[in-house]
Amino acid sequence: MTMTATDPFAGERPKLSPFHPRQAELNIRDAWGVWNGYKFAEYYYDAEYEYFCIRNQCGTYDVCPMQKYEIRGADAEAMLNRLVTRDVKKLGVNRVAYAVWCTDEGRIIDDGTIFRLAGDHFILKCGSPCTAWLRKAAFGFGDVTVTDISDALAGLSLQGPTSCAVLKKMGLTGIENAKAFDIMHFPFAGETLRVSRTGFTGDLGYELWIPRELALELWDAVYAAGADYGIQPYGETATNMARMEAGFIMPYMDFAEALKTVHFEHDQTPFELQLGWLVDFDKPYFSGRAALLEEKRRGPRWTLVRLDIEGNWPAEGSIIYDTEACKKDIGYVTSAMWSPTVKANIALAMIRTEHLGGDIWVEIYKSKDLRPYRRMAKGTIRKKPFWTPARARLTPPADY
Amino acid sequence: MSRYDAIVIGAGHNGLTNAAYLAKAGLKVVVVEKNDYIGGAAVSRELHEGWTYSNCSYVCSMMRQAIHRDLDLSAHGLILVPYLATVNFGDGDERLIGYHDAQAAYNELRRHSAHDADAMFRFQADLTRYSQFIRKTLLRTPPEPTSFRLRDIRELLYLGKKLWSLGEREIYEYIRFFTISADDFLDDYFENDMIKAAMASPGIIGTALGVQSPGSAYILLHHVMGDVDGNIGAWGLARGGMGAISKAIASALDSFGGEVRMNAGVQQVLVRGGKAIGVALENGDELRADIVVSNLDARRTFTRIIDRNDLPDGIYEKAKNFKIRGSSGKVNIALSGLPKFTGLPDNRYVDRGGQAFTGSMETMERAYDCWKRGTWSDDPFIESVIPSAWDPTVAPPGQHWMSNFIQYCPPKLADGPWTPEKRDAFGESVISKLERYSPGFRDLIVHMEVRTPHEIENEIGLTEGNIFQGELTIDQLFFNRPFPGYGQYRMPLKNLYMCGSSTHPGGGVSSACGANAAREILMDLKRPNTVPEDDFYDE
Repeated sequence: MTMTATDPFAGERPKLSPFHPRQAELNIRDAWGVWNGYKFAEYYYDAEYEYFCIRNQCGTYDVCPMQKYEIRGADAEAMLNRLVTRDVKKLGVNRVAYAVWCTDEGRIIDDGTIFRLAGDHFILKCGSPCTAWLRKAAFGFGDVTVTDISDALAGLSLQGPTSCAVLKKMGLTGIENAKAFDIMHFPFAGETLRVSRTGFTGDLGYELWIPRELALELWDAVYAAGADYGIQPYGETATNMARMEAGFIMPYMDFAEALKTVHFEHDQTPFELQLGWLVDFDKPYFSGRAALLEEKRRGPRWTLVRLDIEGNWPAEGSIIYDTEACKKDIGYVTSAMWSPTVKANIALAMIRTEHLGGDIWVEIYKSKDLRPYRRMAKGTIRKKPFWTPARARLTPPADY
Repeated sequence: MSRYDAIVIGAGHNGLTNAAYLAKAGLKVVVVEKNDYIGGAAVSRELHEGWTYSNCSYVCSMMRQAIHRDLDLSAHGLILVPYLATVNFGDGDERLIGYHDAQAAYNELRRHSAHDADAMFRFQADLTRYSQFIRKTLLRTPPEPTSFRLRDIRELLYLGKKLWSLGEREIYEYIRFFTISADDFLDDYFENDMIKAAMASPGIIGTALGVQSPGSAYILLHHVMGDVDGNIGAWGLARGGMGAISKAIASALDSFGGEVRMNAGVQQVLVRGGKAIGVALENGDELRADIVVSNLDARRTFTRIIDRNDLPDGIYEKAKNFKIRGSSGKVNIALSGLPKFTGLPDNRYVDRGGQAFTGSMETMERAYDCWKRGTWSDDPFIESVIPSAWDPTVAPPGQHWMSNFIQYCPPKLADGPWTPEKRDAFGESVISKLERYSPGFRDLIVHMEVRTPHEIENEIGLTEGNIFQGELTIDQLFFNRPFPGYGQYRMPLKNLYMCGSSTHPGGGVSSACGANAAREILMDLKRPNTVPEDDFYDE
């Protein structure tokens, strides 16, 4: 069937990423999902294999479906500073900052990254569409424009210990000098290739940004350079594994976006997610300031913690209790897996803060030959992320 | 003269594991190693600039995850990466690709035999069931069947209960399984000779038996009961080579305050009044300790570093007759490019798996005939893997190293001792077989390391080059390992223990022998146990 104007289902089909022609060739399992309306790979060959490419060699992840907003103008900084909880004034040119933005009640709407390209020029990137909220946020500011460039700007994330070697092979001279959260620009096919040392895997990695029209040229250049460095596309499943080990939170898994929750207690504050370091009360007014100040004084009701759980049954969807006998439920697991690198049964979990000092018992179900079994497993809170390799922070990075 | 709580002889992975657990319990421990590198057979060395070979063992699936996790080996730099499945090469043009995806693998088996593709489900279920039972014993000390101590009776009851829970029929199956050949075992499932050969090959690896020899069925199980992250039968590579495993354990040992001395070969274990009291080193130093642990194989321990007159009657003879026949060689090759094999698609995933030149059941049995006659096989079984297709740390980008495990290669030749010329001729026989399946292979060779049992014994001290520190047949397994009556790591001299693969559960890079021995030692010292009692996998 051809995709012509006469395709009666055209309106229902997912959009295709500019990288789709190459990704479709490599998605030999036809394992597709959808993200923000784009056809998106769950995995290409095998999720665990792709996960290990991130940890052992390198892999690419299509970030085209991410939402990208260009924010320009003399008031751009002030507008962003009112939007997010971090102090954007402190963000240098050609630097990236991770940030969250909240409702007036201090509940997180979404998290994302802010790229500062000039004094009056920013790009905000996030997982879910945010146009309506940004328009509200810009209200009252004179010189600021917000443009949705999500479809115009293609992004390819290149992550893993050989990623810097691949970019050097590609001819990006000096890329090894980029520190974490730095942005560099390189000429590419008559245009500018923007490279940020950012990612969502906890490992060495970069994100490459190019106008949509040049997406395939970029892909081919990256893959030609990466052939001897084990390059492999990876999908959503491998991303989720890598980010969990790194202790990064996933929207709609570890927190519920405040504007989409039905019940007012089902969303989270930055303090509950242990993101208090992102909240800067010294800067001028920002959305959620008063509520967050009150929360800081009172302490968060819930706390997101990293759990190391005994045994090897992944605790997906588990409810957490204070005793093995399940006397009182004190929380729930938000994401969980067996960590192949750390060899531990890891999870992120929301626990009522008052119970953090006590025992943590996780109720886990697992099926053997289709018969479900139940087990209570003890959890231990880990202060540090499960996986923080030194190689991720080295500048210049090693070749592998 | 230095004084320690414990001396461990041999810095192989089990010796290091043993020492790490003793040090973790607070003991002052030293590991003495004859070579100027650690790792024993879990070793990676750069013999040609830019290439790091895993000179002996080359893949890993037995490593006990409870130990990996407990010693936090990831934090000490260990990453185990599973690799994709293996291609089996027939005698001629036939290929059997073990695709990673279950559905694709099924389709591929069906191409050879619809019957066998179906039978594979039952085969896998049976092997998983057998493995589950055996795996429960790996991190446990075998009970003495003739003892009336509470601990042994309790352990026997535990095992009896586990076995009984499998059902009556299974008990008969287990007894049969331990005594039959891989060939007979596989006949119950498969009709296609190539599939049979592919499944039989793990039954001979490291063993001086053929696919038709009784006992080879268990060896098959020993090779498939490992796992990577719970995927039973999967194999992994250590990032940086097998030496990375030893290095990570040594780093854990170091963090507990333990010590490793290299270039410190042991001349003799010092014995006084029937007690081991220390070691005399080849360099003339003497070290004293309350505990002496040998990570050497049983033959070497009791015939080379202990005075025969210090041993109770019969032990020297048991050690001399310990079955530890070498059967395999290893050829490590540095390549200027990725070799292409005939009869395979240009598939980037298939390139990254292993290659098994199994041929047919007949080819493998004929290869064994050569071993019996005291020559290397003219058409050997070769199990290969190209770790550099996975691991960016072991060869320059775009270049590769190929590990080839060869069966059979005898420790003693019929026509006199091994010489460098004969070693090279053995290497040449391997290259010509590879060239048969990969025309132009020879032109890719940059450097080569050929290891016969002779080199393996002389370099890392495995008697006869036997990779398991003693064969894995039922007479030398479980409470019979290394000898009946000595299955609990305590040896016939007071304060002398063994912790190597000559003890339960046997060969393979599992760390289980070393960990189990540490548990027994701590028990004798009345110290709290620091060793995981059980693997946490209860499937």
